[in-house]
Amino acid sequence: MKSRPDSGTALADHLLAARLFSCNPSSFGGICLRGTGPVRDALVAALQAALSSQKPVIKIPINVDADRLLGGVDLTATLEIGRTVRRDGLLDQMAQGVVIIPMGERMTDDIAAHIAQAMDITNLAVILLDDSPDADEVPPSVLLERMAFHCDLSAARDLKCTFQAGSFVANAKIKPLRKKQRSAIAATASALGVYSIRPLVFAERAARYHAAIAGRSVTSDADIEAAIRLVLAPLATQIPDFEKPSAEPPKQNSENQSEDRSDSDEDKQMPADIPFEDILLEAAAAAIPPKILDQIKGKDRLTGKGQAGRSGQKQKSAKRGRPRGSRPGVPGNGKKLALIDSLRAAAPWQNIRRLDAKADDQRIVHVRKSDLRVRHFEEQRETLTIFAVDASGSSALSRLAEAKGAIELMLAEAYIKRSQVALIAFRQTDASILLPPTRSLTRARRALTALPGGGGTPIAAGLIAAQRLADAAVKHGQTPTIALLTDGKANVMLDGTANRKGANEEMLAAAKAIAVSGIQSIVIDISPRPRPEAAELAETLRGRYLPLPRAGSKALVEAIETVGAEG
Amino acid sequence: MSVFPFSAIVGQQEMKLALLVAAVDARIGGVMIFGDRGTGKSTAARALAATLPTIRVVDGCRFNCEPEHRDDCPDPCTNKRVRKMAVPFVDLPLGSTEDRVLGTLDLERALANGEKKFETGLLAKAHRGFLYIDEINLLEDHVVDLLLDVAASGENLVERDGLSIRHPARFVLIGSGNPEEGELRPQLLDRFGLSVEVRTPEKIDDRVEIMKRCDAQEQNAQKFAEKWKGEDAKVLRQIARAKKAIGSIKTSAKVLRDTAEICKAVGADGLRGELTLMRGARALAALEGDKVVTRDHLKQMAPLALRHRLRRDVLDETGSTVRIERALEELFG
Repeated sequence: MKSRPDSGTALADHLLAARLFSCNPSSFGGICLRGTGPVRDALVAALQAALSSQKPVIKIPINVDADRLLGGVDLTATLEIGRTVRRDGLLDQMAQGVVIIPMGERMTDDIAAHIAQAMDITNLAVILLDDSPDADEVPPSVLLERMAFHCDLSAARDLKCTFQAGSFVANAKIKPLRKKQRSAIAATASALGVYSIRPLVFAERAARYHAAIAGRSVTSDADIEAAIRLVLAPLATQIPDFEKPSAEPPKQNSENQSEDRSDSDEDKQMPADIPFEDILLEAAAAAIPPKILDQIKGKDRLTGKGQAGRSGQKQKSAKRGRPRGSRPGVPGNGKKLALIDSLRAAAPWQNIRRLDAKADDQRIVHVRKSDLRVRHFEEQRETLTIFAVDASGSSALSRLAEAKGAIELMLAEAYIKRSQVALIAFRQTDASILLPPTRSLTRARRALTALPGGGGTPIAAGLIAAQRLADAAVKHGQTPTIALLTDGKANVMLDGTANRKGANEEMLAAAKAIAVSGIQSIVIDISPRPRPEAAELAETLRGRYLPLPRAGSKALVEAIETVGAEG
Repeated sequence: MSVFPFSAIVGQQEMKLALLVAAVDARIGGVMIFGDRGTGKSTAARALAATLPTIRVVDGCRFNCEPEHRDDCPDPCTNKRVRKMAVPFVDLPLGSTEDRVLGTLDLERALANGEKKFETGLLAKAHRGFLYIDEINLLEDHVVDLLLDVAASGENLVERDGLSIRHPARFVLIGSGNPEEGELRPQLLDRFGLSVEVRTPEKIDDRVEIMKRCDAQEQNAQKFAEKWKGEDAKVLRQIARAKKAIGSIKTSAKVLRDTAEICKAVGADGLRGELTLMRGARALAALEGDKVVTRDHLKQMAPLALRHRLRRDVLDETGSTVRIERALEELFG
């Protein structure tokens, strides 16, 4: 395996990706640029300058409202003039064009869905800027899925880089890929754990444009390699296995791979391909961005397909939920006009206003801006229960089964109650999120079967992880409750050293932070005999303490639900 | 964007079958497609809609009225002129509001002229065509309720904003979603007639073929469509024949008994499973040009008609498809 590329060559690749994108934006769907920094800003500015000579390019704010995107009646202007003023939707205006979306990670799913539809139907291309510092928040996956390039510029420092815009080349000028090249791309995608079909199509286009830039009319192996590096590597969900099939590679990854190989062997009978695919794989592996690599190695469940936690149920009382009457306000930004109420408000003034009106005013109804009423809704906040489970040797083994049972029971009811469940386990030296917030039984079951046990008790790490999740949930409009299942005897510090006293102090400090943030919590003491440590922890958390020497899953669920309901 | 030809879609036999069955017998009520992103779900639905022959509508009617059935139209539908239009395919975006879906009071008319007029929603647009909802599991529950209700009754009732309107809205509802991103409530799932599970093709050959066809389409969509025109026409003839034949297909008492037994064996709740399975098997027989419904038809349709109706068992890891296959095996060997 080649060594990791330094930031210099990575940056060169990003610039190349941007150049390919600029050759034919709608053919590539979009480019996602991650990381805040002057280099990215410079690149965006250069891209914008290059593209705006050929197509409409605009920047849209993420809080753009759906009416503006789709067009409709301009209400304020209509009222003022007295006849209908329509305005075109941004998406209609931008057909075949390019939109720049800043802070894409904060974009709501409904806006993203409209944009994704425009990408499908009117060939809209997107430059998505992702400013999130970590993987807590990701841009909507409907958009990411439809974009060919994903560049992480957060490590880029070289301000002197020069971006060279590509020029539009008719794709047809470059010969189609040969079958061998296509199967190399397909095989590499499988080895990297890229299952969607879209990236394959994008990779093919990237290879062609790469050839076009180099002035070739036939794609060469170098073009294929570049396409794989630029398009497929950033999407990798697994690290390709380099062992030869004969060396009895472990487990399922390589099972796929060897299958792939035998497939391609059968249909082509050209053993010379295998080295080429290996070269490609190596190139791809070397180009997997370090961040993704860490995620794959560490908590792979977080990355998986399609970042599940972000379901669409956010809390927007102005938009949806049960109707709760109306209040004065101007519609737009998702607020809906309550027409009947607005007319009712205008009714008493009609005579006076008619007298006031100019002679040529043909209006039958005189409505002023101050009459407008908007609908008001009440939406139940979605709850998120974060289970932080002590999976250490001391307490765990007998208790894990009960925790698993409780989580499954809660999930089974989740779709009725509109609640989500997340699972954090802490053991040995750190905490890991086994299950990001979800309502999906499928995922939960998989995560639960994999819940390991044994080792030290790093409670502080568990608390910090739980708080981070809870904070993210609050940002998404949910109400989190932390259910901590432990015996309260911390013995591993955050840095991984075993030190009972230090670990205890850290635990209490972390608990205090949670108490201050006002997140609801409950400590369930799972030691065989109730101990003062766990009670003290609950007190620091300002949460409820529940000694459950022999709790069943049902009792656990009931206890947690009472806490959630109080909140 | 030009539409990908239906017959050029590689693999995904089950999804294609479900769509064809739904196109033959609209009463089956909706197809739910489970699967990851990038598996060609929307491509297939869009493609089928584009393949179907144009329909005749009253010119200028906002509700896509059939010239023969204009009595149901809430507008004074008196235009003598008839025009042809492509089968409507409406893509319902996530985050659509009730107003957009159902239709609402026409604001501009109300404000400017004081006139009470109904502004049609997506349901009216989808009449006699397809309504496709990507990620239906992320759609607001109350909107899903509405949709399923309209899809089942074939009629949209609007009683709000001081309006009282009913208009026909018969469409094939196609929902898609990824079960990893959240579940659909079981009572809603049950309302879907058929469900299919799609996966990305794993065989390299298939994937290469897909790349090849996507590329050919991008290079020259017209030429590509031309190339598949013959195949698409075959599909079209198959659907037309099946629609005609479906009324005269015989379902023996024995087959009905088999249907009930399958449903009982897998523990599918409610009667909907039986009805859908029977209708589905009949549509399948019609598609295959058979005169009678046989056990083979039942066997082929059972997973599609029943897999989403099984009671979920939290502790049972076995997938629904496997459970159905096992039951079929036990019953019929």
